[in-house]
Amino acid sequence: MAGPERLIVDRLLDIIAIMALVLIALTLGTLRRAHIRVEYSVSWLVGALVLLGLSLSRRTLEGMSTIVGLESPALALTLVVGCVFLIIFFRFTVIISKLRDDNVALAQRVAALEYYRKNRGDEGTVT
Amino acid sequence: MVIVPAYNEAGAVGTVVCEIQRVVPKIPVVVIDDCSLDSTIDVAEAAGARVLPLPHHLGLGGCVQAGYKLAFELGYDYVIRVDADGQHDPRYIPDLLAELRRTGVEMVIGSRFVAANGNSTTFLRTIGIRFFRAILRPILGHTVYDPTSGYIGVNRKALEVFSRSFPLEYPEIEALVVLRRKDFRFSEVACKMRKRMAGRSSLTGSRSLSYIVHVLLGVFVNVLKIERPPWRGRRD
Repeated sequence: MAGPERLIVDRLLDIIAIMALVLIALTLGTLRRAHIRVEYSVSWLVGALVLLGLSLSRRTLEGMSTIVGLESPALALTLVVGCVFLIIFFRFTVIISKLRDDNVALAQRVAALEYYRKNRGDEGTVT
Repeated sequence: MVIVPAYNEAGAVGTVVCEIQRVVPKIPVVVIDDCSLDSTIDVAEAAGARVLPLPHHLGLGGCVQAGYKLAFELGYDYVIRVDADGQHDPRYIPDLLAELRRTGVEMVIGSRFVAANGNSTTFLRTIGIRFFRAILRPILGHTVYDPTSGYIGVNRKALEVFSRSFPLEYPEIEALVVLRRKDFRFSEVACKMRKRMAGRSSLTGSRSLSYIVHVLLGVFVNVLKIERPPWRGRRD
């Protein structure tokens, strides 16, 4: 790897490492204040640890870039960052969809109970 | 049971409820209020309807499904859905009920286009209806002339399915594919639609595009779930 590119990769790795540390601190802090639930913080902590590990281990990153056929470890790292966030976003989309379904069912149940309460013993002929 | 999904329809829902009661006086009318910001609930109750009040806004599909769930729990055999804006003329409710009873189909659609009955709709809407008619024809195995109509009657078998699975956003077209998945049948009855009595349509401008994309995706997903495509014939 040429000198200038090595410098860019080093800088990128430093930035990613700092971002990963900030993300871990932020997640733990939010957890401590009970603003997010433990089960939903796992994705962020795992993602941040993966990024931190890769940014601290240049050899792993170079090995990875060779495996995926990318000449530059910087590109490989960008690919990993993109994949990590895509997986996290996808997981949360699944969770949000389930919550929405649960929420709709709950709202419909509350409405039905309110209906029964108001019309108690008032149901006539079924048609 | 007649269900009337309503959102901010205080200007029309009272008249609609009164008209329904005049046409079918013995059938209970339930207005499903989708957490309206106006006095829809008061107006509906004053007109003599029972109200199913949703605690927060769910959108048309969630609102209609709440009515289907209630009707299913209460043991009703037939449910007719009439929109609260006054476009659906309640005079046709007996026709829809009669068709459900006579043919035994699971769903009856009040259709503007099944016979030449002088209905008029906007140019864009006509294009949309023709587009979805063409898309649905190979999926359903026959032509549904008015797939976007919300004037719908269902029997208990369809109620059971819709209680468990019903599209949340724009339900009319997807609901047809949901029924097709179960090998259920549907027919159309000629109806004349009126102009809305009050309020504005929610399908304006960019929402129309969102509607098309949303419905196409919903249809595609439901087609993927079909166990027996039309070309394999009907189950006995």
